[in-house]
Amino acid sequence: MSGNGAVYLLTVVVSLGLLCLIIDLIRRRQLKEKYALLWLATALVLFVFAVKRSLVEMLAGALGIYYAPSALFLLGFLFMLALNLQYTVMLSRQSERIIRLAQEVGLLRRRLEELAAGPGDVAETHSDPHDACGVTNEV
Amino acid sequence: MHFMKDMADNSHKLNIPTASRVLVIVPAYNEAGTVGRVVAEIKGVFSGLEILVVDDGSVDGTAAEARSAGARVVELPFNLGIGGAVQTGYRYALEYGYDVAVQLDADGQHDPADLPRLVGPVAAGEADLAVGSRFLAPNGYRAPFTRRAGMLLLSLAVSLLTGHRFFDTTSGYRAAGARVIEMFAAHYPADYPEPESLVAVRRRGLKVVEVPVGMRSRQAGFSSITPWRSVYYIVKVLLAVFVSALRGREEAEDEWERRRIPFDCCR
Repeated sequence: MSGNGAVYLLTVVVSLGLLCLIIDLIRRRQLKEKYALLWLATALVLFVFAVKRSLVEMLAGALGIYYAPSALFLLGFLFMLALNLQYTVMLSRQSERIIRLAQEVGLLRRRLEELAAGPGDVAETHSDPHDACGVTNEV
Repeated sequence: MHFMKDMADNSHKLNIPTASRVLVIVPAYNEAGTVGRVVAEIKGVFSGLEILVVDDGSVDGTAAEARSAGARVVELPFNLGIGGAVQTGYRYALEYGYDVAVQLDADGQHDPADLPRLVGPVAAGEADLAVGSRFLAPNGYRAPFTRRAGMLLLSLAVSLLTGHRFFDTTSGYRAAGARVIEMFAAHYPADYPEPESLVAVRRRGLKVVEVPVGMRSRQAGFSSITPWRSVYYIVKVLLAVFVSALRGREEAEDEWERRRIPFDCCR
């Protein structure tokens, strides 16, 4: 079973390459620890499957899949789906944070302008935030 | 509908309590041609109003125009879209302790002469949010049929979900009281925010009134809503409206607000 043909060699080399790439990325701090573990585990599983293909057969058998590579495709597809969903969630959170930051930058810049304009100007346009503390205002 | 007619008839009698501080939020994206005139018109309505133009990353000198017309200007570093720009105004209103915040478009289609009608019920504490409705006005707004159909669909959905009859759910001309200011400062939808935010306000148990306002055709620029986009608009907003109804009454505390150290003396 295992150890026949170029495909075997190819999968082993590719999964080994992936493993090395991930370790290197972690070493160079290009991958956050949070995701590093996930990718390390993924690469390891791929490597084990590539080296010992009887595991794939066993897995397929356990799942009731007759054509063993289908089991791999199924798992890979589900894994990618979950990963994509996770990315979209993260992307949404990031964009929410970017919006907040942009708003904050705009508001802070406005405040800087007010402070730079000096107290005379501020009183005239009553833009001093401390005005907000007063009960009434000349409207 | 009768109560709204009453409100329209009484609008000239509505006094705005002198103690309330009113901020007019004018979101503007590349509206250099009209923003100056809009600011000047607002100033002419009543003198006590403070005007904040939120320049949403314009590249045509909108901020300079607004400044020379005498508005305060917040310049966003890049374009956030209408929701993000309007929310900036609400955050400003919250931070500086305004009692009422009105949003009014920079393209000139909202008539500043209607401001007292919108601010009145909110300043008097009769409503938490007053929405300027284009369909309640006598010789009101004539939109193309397809757009009217879309708007009708939206108002039906919003009315059904909130148990409150709404006529104009897409109006971006509205006045918010302190509780709504606080709410919008914490959460505000990014694009096509109006119908969704109405549902959220009603779900908080806050009071919303619709007030008839006139609607002028835009003086420059183009509507951002093209036919294909309007299909997307309807689908997106309907979805958002239904999801918004699924949300709990109490939303999770805002992460940002929790971590933030306020610089004001009073809060």
